[in-house]
Amino acid sequence: MLEVSNLACSRGDHRLFSDLSFALYPGQIMQIQGANGSGKTSLLRTLCGFIIPDDGKISWRGEDVRELDEAYFAEMMYLGHLNAIKDELSALENLRISAGLSGTELNEKDAIAALRRMGLRGRERLPTKVLSQGQRRRVALARLLVSDAKLWILDEPLAALDVGAVALIQELIAEHLARLGMVIFTTHQPLHVAGMEMRCLSLS
Amino acid sequence: MNKLSLFSLLILVVRRDLVLAMRRRADVLTTLIFFVMVVSLFPLGVGPEMDMLRKMAPGVLWVAALLASMLSLGRLFSADYLDGTLEQMLLAPQSLSVLVLGKMASHWMVSGLPLVLMTPVLGLQFDMSIEAIAVLILGLLLGTPILSMVGAIGAALTLGLRGGGVLLSLLVLPLCIPVLIFGTGAVEAVTSGLSVSSHLSLMGALLVLALAFTPWVTAQALRISME
Repeated sequence: MLEVSNLACSRGDHRLFSDLSFALYPGQIMQIQGANGSGKTSLLRTLCGFIIPDDGKISWRGEDVRELDEAYFAEMMYLGHLNAIKDELSALENLRISAGLSGTELNEKDAIAALRRMGLRGRERLPTKVLSQGQRRRVALARLLVSDAKLWILDEPLAALDVGAVALIQELIAEHLARLGMVIFTTHQPLHVAGMEMRCLSLS
Repeated sequence: MNKLSLFSLLILVVRRDLVLAMRRRADVLTTLIFFVMVVSLFPLGVGPEMDMLRKMAPGVLWVAALLASMLSLGRLFSADYLDGTLEQMLLAPQSLSVLVLGKMASHWMVSGLPLVLMTPVLGLQFDMSIEAIAVLILGLLLGTPILSMVGAIGAALTLGLRGGGVLLSLLVLPLCIPVLIFGTGAVEAVTSGLSVSSHLSLMGALLVLALAFTPWVTAQALRISME
């Protein structure tokens, strides 16, 4: 479980949030809400360890994530604004390499199955530079299918996606929660997960 | 799903970067052509006096190799930084230093090794003796990986800065002076009939030192740059 206590973060001289505390237990989902510039992305990046908080503590299974370091990274997955895919590589190569970077060896069959489920049938071997924005986002999101991370940190996962893909992501999140995973995300579009209580955290 | 060992992770990163370099061949060629051009300009500028050219050759080749490697260093992390791959690398559950070492290795194969392979031809252009060329190549083989590794620290520190390229050269070039001194020193030693082993052993020692420390330092610099 993820526990955040008295977290404070600022960018430059501007204090984004302070005294932020919450806990996320297995099977729970939380949405971070707030206007543009309220610090949603900064909060998620702080949870990933990219930004060192001014104050407060983030713990995973009761231990400080700064001390856990790589043991924590093995159990979490971050999907940011950037897709982290290479234009020159095909969707298949991109997926297999990003799975490799997160420490798992992915065989071609599983990778193709994941891409097909994301609606990329027939486009597995095309260079991603010929794909549309939404399709590239789907390639990035296919990582959710091949990862066994417990905690998903998703920054605007629905950006550039069509209605069908949004439904698919909702389905994926529901499956992940049913496996006692945890999700923390931001979005400006409505996202409904069937049968789950959505917790909200508002930054102002 | 199998867990990847550190070694296969290293291979994965090297292979990925080599495939990317093969699909973006222009980047590789510009470094090599720059190297050849700079070296070829010297005889034109200085004049065709054989004795002088022979004396200048090791210095010219080494300085050109130094400048050519600066040229390609800016690209070492910037593409991964801009498309978000670097974020994913920092979150890798294995050692970030190993990933960095893989990137350094592929950078050397793409921008350092071609220079070494080109050296015999350019050496002949300066009328260097066969022994002198052999020592020069040996020196470059030991020295260019050091340039890639030390340069990676600078590339990581200047990541995302405007005008980072110039700052990168200012940071890294002074650190490369020892490599330059031992590299040219070895060639001078062989042409004056002395033993080259001391110069080359010192260069080897520098290489081992760089291998031991630069991946870790670069990894820390990347974490600072990502904040």
